[in-house]
Amino acid sequence: MGKAVQPAQRIFTYDHSHAAPVRPACECHAVNIQSVSHYNSRRNEALYQPGHLMNRENLIQVEHLHRYYGQTRAVHDVSFDLAKGEVLGFLGPNGAGKSTTMQMITGNLAPSAGQIRVHGIDLLDEPRRAKQEIGYLPEQPPVYRDLTVDEYLYYCARLNRVARGHIERAMDRARDRCGLGDVRRRLIGNLSKGYQQRVGIAQAILHTPAVVILDEPTVGLDPIQILEIRRLIRELGQDHGIILSTHILPEVQSTCNQVQIIHRGQLVFTDSMAGLERRLQATSLVAAFHVTPDSDALQQLPGVTATEPLDGGRVRIHYDGTDPSEALVELAVNRQWRLHELSPDRRTLEQIFIELTCAEAPAGETGEAA
Amino acid sequence: MLLTIAGRELRSLFLSPLAWAILAVVQFIIAYLFLSAVDAYLMVQPRLAAIEGAPGVADLVIAPLFGNAAIILLLITPMITMRVLSEERRNRTISLLFSAPVSMTEIILGKYLGVLGFFLVLLAMIALMPLSLLAGTELDLGKLAAGLAGLTLLLAAFSAIGLFMSALTDQPTIAAISTFGLLLLLWIIDWAGKSEAQVSGLFAYLSMLRHYETLLKGLIHSTDVAYYLLITILFLGLSIRRLDADRLQH
Repeated sequence: MGKAVQPAQRIFTYDHSHAAPVRPACECHAVNIQSVSHYNSRRNEALYQPGHLMNRENLIQVEHLHRYYGQTRAVHDVSFDLAKGEVLGFLGPNGAGKSTTMQMITGNLAPSAGQIRVHGIDLLDEPRRAKQEIGYLPEQPPVYRDLTVDEYLYYCARLNRVARGHIERAMDRARDRCGLGDVRRRLIGNLSKGYQQRVGIAQAILHTPAVVILDEPTVGLDPIQILEIRRLIRELGQDHGIILSTHILPEVQSTCNQVQIIHRGQLVFTDSMAGLERRLQATSLVAAFHVTPDSDALQQLPGVTATEPLDGGRVRIHYDGTDPSEALVELAVNRQWRLHELSPDRRTLEQIFIELTCAEAPAGETGEAA
Repeated sequence: MLLTIAGRELRSLFLSPLAWAILAVVQFIIAYLFLSAVDAYLMVQPRLAAIEGAPGVADLVIAPLFGNAAIILLLITPMITMRVLSEERRNRTISLLFSAPVSMTEIILGKYLGVLGFFLVLLAMIALMPLSLLAGTELDLGKLAAGLAGLTLLLAAFSAIGLFMSALTDQPTIAAISTFGLLLLLWIIDWAGKSEAQVSGLFAYLSMLRHYETLLKGLIHSTDVAYYLLITILFLGLSIRRLDADRLQH
C-alpha cells in the first residue's frame, strides 16, 4: 500500500497551495476528442502493468453496463474491473451516473444491459451469493433511527448471513475500525451526522465483503472526521477492493490508487494513480519578468513548444521533455529581462477533470472506442 | 432470514408509541363493547332460560363482539401497515435490504410475518375477554374457535392488502388511505348487487363480510377459508412483484 499512497499524499498537500488557479475552465483547455481517446488508450497500459498482472485477483468485473431511464441515458457502455488491494476513485459531476453505476453493482438497480461479476459470481444470475461479497454504503446511510448502534449492527449481521457464532467478533471489529465503541448503546437517531455515516460504513464492512462500495462517504463530515474516514478507507483498501464515489478531487488523490472519471454516463478517463501522477507532472512553466521578453527568443529554447502571454508580465512556457528552466534563467540574465518569478505549472486533477467534463462536444463516441 | 426481518419489523412497531396506543385504544373500545354485550345478555338471560334451544353466550355475546372487532381492525390495519415498506423507501433504508443477500420474497414475507405477529398479539388480547367468561359460565368453545379463526384469516387478508399498498408508494399516508379505501370497498361490495340477482353472486363472493359472517356462526367452510387465503396470497404476490419493479424503474 505504502508506495501508492505516499505520492498521492504529496499531491494532496501540493494541491492545497495550488488550489486557487482553477481557471475559468472550459475555453482555455477546451478538450478535443483526440485527448479523450488518448486518455483511454493509455488505460490498458496503465491497468495491466506486468507487476500488476502477477497476482491480480479480480473482485469486480463490469462489462458493457448500460442503464436507461426511459429515453434518458444514465450509464452507457461502462466496463471496468477492480482487483484486491485497489481503491478505485469514481469521479464525475452531478448526474454523471456515479450513483446509478454503484446501485447497479450492488443490486439495487437492474441494468438495462451488461454483465456484473463479483468475485467471479454473476450478480444477476446468483444475486444472493454475489451480494454476500458486497458491502454498500449509499449516499444516505441506511440506518434505522430507532435502533441503537449495537442493535442495528446485529440486525445487519443477521441480514448478511454472518454465522451466529461470529457475530460478536464481526461487530467488535467493525466498531473498532469505525470508532463506534463509545456510542454502541446510543440510539442512532440521536447521533451526529458523522457518527451516522460511520455506522453506515460499519454496516458495509461488517460481513467482511470482498468489495466495499462507498457512495460519497465523506459528505457532511467535519475536517477531522474526513481525515479519519480517509484513513479508514486506505486501511480497508489493504484487504478489500474499494470503490469510492466522490466529487471531491483531493479525496481521490489522498485515498485512491485507481481513478475513473465518468461523464454523461460514459467513462472518459481511467488510469492508475501512478499513471495519473506522471500525467500531472509539469509540462509548463510560469515566469514573470519586469521587461516584456521577446517571445521568439523564448521559443528558441530547447524543448519549448509554445509560449502564452498572461497578465502581469507573466508568460506561460509550454515544453516537452527537458525542463528549460536553467536555460531560461540564463537567457533572462543575458537579455536583462529581470526575471522575478519562475514556477513549474503542474497540472492538477482538477484540470484534467474540468477538461474532460466541460467538453461541449459529446466526447462519447471516440471515448468508448478505446 | 425471514424471522430476522420479521423480528426487526415487530421490534420497530413496539418501539414506536403508535403500536402501544393502538393496542390500548382497541382494547379499551372492545372491552366497552364486551361489557355492554354481557350486560345486555344478563338482562335477557332469565327469559332465555325458559326457551328450549335458545341462543347462548357464544351467539349473543361473542359473535357480535367479533363482528364489531372486525370493523375496528379494519380501521386500524392501515395505520399499522402504512409505514412497513413506504417508510423504508422514504428513509432510503430499503437499500440495506436490497444489497443484502436476501430475495424480494424473503423481504416481503418477513415484513408480512412481522405485521401478522403484531396482529396476533392484538388478537390474543381480544380473545382473553370472551375466555374470561369461562370463569362464570360454560362456553361453546367450538364457536369461539371458529370466530377466532375467522378474525385471524381476516387479519391475514387485511395485512396483505395493507402491505401491498405500502409497497406501492413512499408516502405512508397515501398507503394508509388507499388501504382503508380498498378494505372498506371489499367489506361493503355486496351492497351493490343486492337488487340484481345475477351480479350479486360475484359481489357477494368478493365481500369480506359475507365470508366472515359464516365463520362467526361457527361454520368453517372451505370456500371462506380459501377466499381469505387467496386474497392473502394474491396481495403478497403482487407486493413481491412491486418490490422487484423497484429495481427496474421505468
